[in-house]
Amino acid sequence: MASTAERKSGGGRVPMPEQEPKVRARNFLEVPTGYTVKMAQEEAARCLQCKKPGCVSGCPVGVDIPGFIELIAQGDMTGAIRNLWSKNALPAVCGRVCPQEVQCEGKCIVGKKGEPVAIGNLERFCADYERENGHGELPPKAPATGKKVAVVGSGPSGLTVAGDLITKGHDVTIYEAFHKPGGVLVYGIPEFRLPKAIVAQEVDFLARLGVNIQCNAVVGRTVSLDELFEEGFDAIYVGVGAGLPRFMNIAGENLVGILSANEYLTRANLMKAYKYPEVDTPIPLGKNVVVLGAGNVAMDSARTAMRLGAESVKIVYRRSREEMPARKAEIHHAEEEGIELFLLTNPTRYLGNDKGRLTGMECLRMELGEPDASGRRRPVAVAGSEFEIACDLCIVAVGSGANPLLTSETPDMRLNRWGNVITDEKTGKTTKKGVWAGGDIVTGAATVILAMGAGRDAANSIHDFLTLGW
Amino acid sequence: MFTIVKREEMAAGTIILNEIEAPLIAKKARPGQFVILKANEEGERIPLTMADTDPARGTITIVYMVVGKSTALFRDLKVGDAYQDVIGPLGKPTHLERVGKVVCVGGGTGVAVLHPITRGLKEVGNEVTCIIGARNHGLLILEEQMKAASHDLRVCTDDGSYGHHGFVTEVLKEVLQAGEVKLVVAIGPVPMMKAVSAITREFGVATMVSLNPIMVDGTGMCGGCRVTVGGETKFACVDGPEFDGHQVDYDELILRLRAYQEEEQKSHQHYCNVRDAA
Repeated sequence: MASTAERKSGGGRVPMPEQEPKVRARNFLEVPTGYTVKMAQEEAARCLQCKKPGCVSGCPVGVDIPGFIELIAQGDMTGAIRNLWSKNALPAVCGRVCPQEVQCEGKCIVGKKGEPVAIGNLERFCADYERENGHGELPPKAPATGKKVAVVGSGPSGLTVAGDLITKGHDVTIYEAFHKPGGVLVYGIPEFRLPKAIVAQEVDFLARLGVNIQCNAVVGRTVSLDELFEEGFDAIYVGVGAGLPRFMNIAGENLVGILSANEYLTRANLMKAYKYPEVDTPIPLGKNVVVLGAGNVAMDSARTAMRLGAESVKIVYRRSREEMPARKAEIHHAEEEGIELFLLTNPTRYLGNDKGRLTGMECLRMELGEPDASGRRRPVAVAGSEFEIACDLCIVAVGSGANPLLTSETPDMRLNRWGNVITDEKTGKTTKKGVWAGGDIVTGAATVILAMGAGRDAANSIHDFLTLGW
Repeated sequence: MFTIVKREEMAAGTIILNEIEAPLIAKKARPGQFVILKANEEGERIPLTMADTDPARGTITIVYMVVGKSTALFRDLKVGDAYQDVIGPLGKPTHLERVGKVVCVGGGTGVAVLHPITRGLKEVGNEVTCIIGARNHGLLILEEQMKAASHDLRVCTDDGSYGHHGFVTEVLKEVLQAGEVKLVVAIGPVPMMKAVSAITREFGVATMVSLNPIMVDGTGMCGGCRVTVGGETKFACVDGPEFDGHQVDYDELILRLRAYQEEEQKSHQHYCNVRDAA
C-alpha cells in the first residue's frame, strides 16, 4: 500500500477488501466486504477539498462530497451520515450501485494523475457505519400539513419522494405491486451486490418516519389513480419503473430455458430461488449459460448463474468491450469470477430439442461500422460467419421498455411514442393534474441515482404544490 | 393478511375451495380475471383465476386442484388461517356480449373458472348450453351451480361413473351439429382446450379459451407466461388470460408448462414426506 504522501499526489486508492473470486463465485454473500474506520480515514485523507469540487457537479442529487469526506477524515461519522442524508436518502444503496466512474469519481481531480478518491466506497462506509454503530435517531420532521400524497412504486425514486415529503410534514402512502417493498433494489439487484437486509433497513427507516407502505397493490388494477384522488389524496407520484422485458424477437425464443433477465433475477432475488428447495420458487439451473446483453443487468444475471453452479457462463454482446454499458467494477468482477465475454457476437436463432428445451444458439460475428444514433459504432454482421454456441439456459438482458399496465389505464396522462410518461423536465409534472412521474417510466431504463434525482425534483415540486398550488 | 372465511373439499383432498377476505380485489374484480396467491414467507406466487367474488362480503373465491408443493400447502390452510399475500385483480376481464347461442365447456377445476363467465353470458341474454367433465364422478364439481347458471347442462366423465361416458368433446360435437352456435368458451386442462378448439375450427365457431401458464409477477414484468397466439408472442398475464382458441399454439404451451416438472415433483414429494412423518 502506498504512503499517504504519495497518495495525496495522485497514486492509488485504499482498496476495499473483497471475497476471493473463486470463493465468491459460488456464494451469494456480498463481494466487497467494506472499509474499516482506519481504511476510510486513510482514503478520506486523499480528498483535496477542492474549492470548486467537480465531484459534486457530477452527482445527480448534488451530495456535498468534500463535506462528508472531511467529516470522515475528522472521525465525525455521525456528522458525515447526517451530511449525506441531507441530500441522499439511500446512501448505503448508492455507495454500492451508482456508476461512480462516470459521475462523481469521473470528475475527481485526484483522478487526473492516479485513481480518483473512492467516493462510492466512502459513502457506503458511512451508511454501513451508521447502521452498525449509530443510534438510529430519526431526522427532524416538520409539523403535519394534513396533505396526503400517494407514491406508486417503492423503487429508488418512490422511496426518495416518500422520504422527502414525510419529513416536510405530509402524510405519505406508498403503493407497491409486489409483496415486498424496494422495487428494483429488491427484485433486480442481487444479494451479492446489494444485500436485501440493507434495502429492508432503508424501507424500515421510512416506515419509522411514518410512511404507510401498502404492498400487493397494483395501481392500475387494484386501484386507479382517479380512485386514489377520490380517496382523498392531494397529489400522486408515479415511479413504477421500466418493467417490460425486451426480447430478441428471433426464432425459437419461447423454448424452455430462455428467460428474461427480469424473470431470472426476480426468481433469484425477490423469491430467493437460489435457496430452492428451502423456499418454494424454483429457478432453472443451467450447465452452460448464455447471457445476452452487456449492461449491469446482464452482469448480475451472469454472476447469479455462476453462483447457481453453472459450468460455463458466456456474455454474448454484439458490440465491443468499449461499448459495454455495465459499471467497470461489475465487468471486472464478472471476468474475475470466470465469466467469458463473447464480444462482437449476435445471436440469429435459438436451437431446441423435441422436448421444446433450449440446446444452443446460432450466432454471427460482427464488426464495428459507422457510429449510429446513440453515437456508438454500429455493429455490422460479417457475412458467412455463422457459428453455434451450445447452451441449456439463456437469459435475455437486452433492456426494458415501459410497462403499460398503469399508463394504459390512465388515458389523460400523456405518453411519448415509446410509452414513457411525458413530464416537465424540471418538476416531473405530468399532463394529468396532481400527478408527477419520475425514474425509468419517464426516462426509459437508467440508473438508481438518476431515478432518485428525479424523485428529489418531483418531491420539491409536490411540496410547492401542496403549500402554494399547481 | 388474507383470511380464509370458508373452506370446502369439493373432492376429498384434491379439489379445494377457499373463500378469502380481500375487499379491494372483490370490489374491482370482473369474471375472467385472476389473482396471485402466496401462502407464506417462503411461498411461491401461484396464479389462479377467480371462481367468484362477493363485493358486499369483501371476499373472493378460488378453486384449485392439489398438484404440487404449493397447492399442498394451500390445502393445509384452515378456516381462520390466512394467505400472506393475494394480488389482483389481474388480467383482462371476459368480454360478455349477447351473441345468441353459446356453449360453455369446462373440465376439471376449469369448471370453477367457467362458472361466473357462464352466469355472465346468461345474464346478458345468451342461450347457454354447458358441458362439464371430469375424470370420474368424485372429481366433478359445481354441477348444481352450473345447472343454475345455464339453460342446459350436460355432464361427462372419462370413466363413465356418471353422465355421458367419454370426453366433453364428444358431446360438444353433437351440440355443434345441431347448429346455430355462435360462441364456444372452453376452460380446463390444455389438452381439452386444444381438442375443443380443433372441433370448433371444423365447424367455424368462434372459441375463447382461458390460459394459466407459469408466471411470477402477473403484471407484464417477467415474460414467463409467453404464449404464441396467431404467430405472435403474447403475455398471458396482461394480454390475456383469455385468447382466441383457434390461434393459440397449445403444443408450445404444454411444453412450457413442463418447465419445472422435475423440480416440482421433488419438492412436492419432500413436503409430503416431511408432513406425513410429523
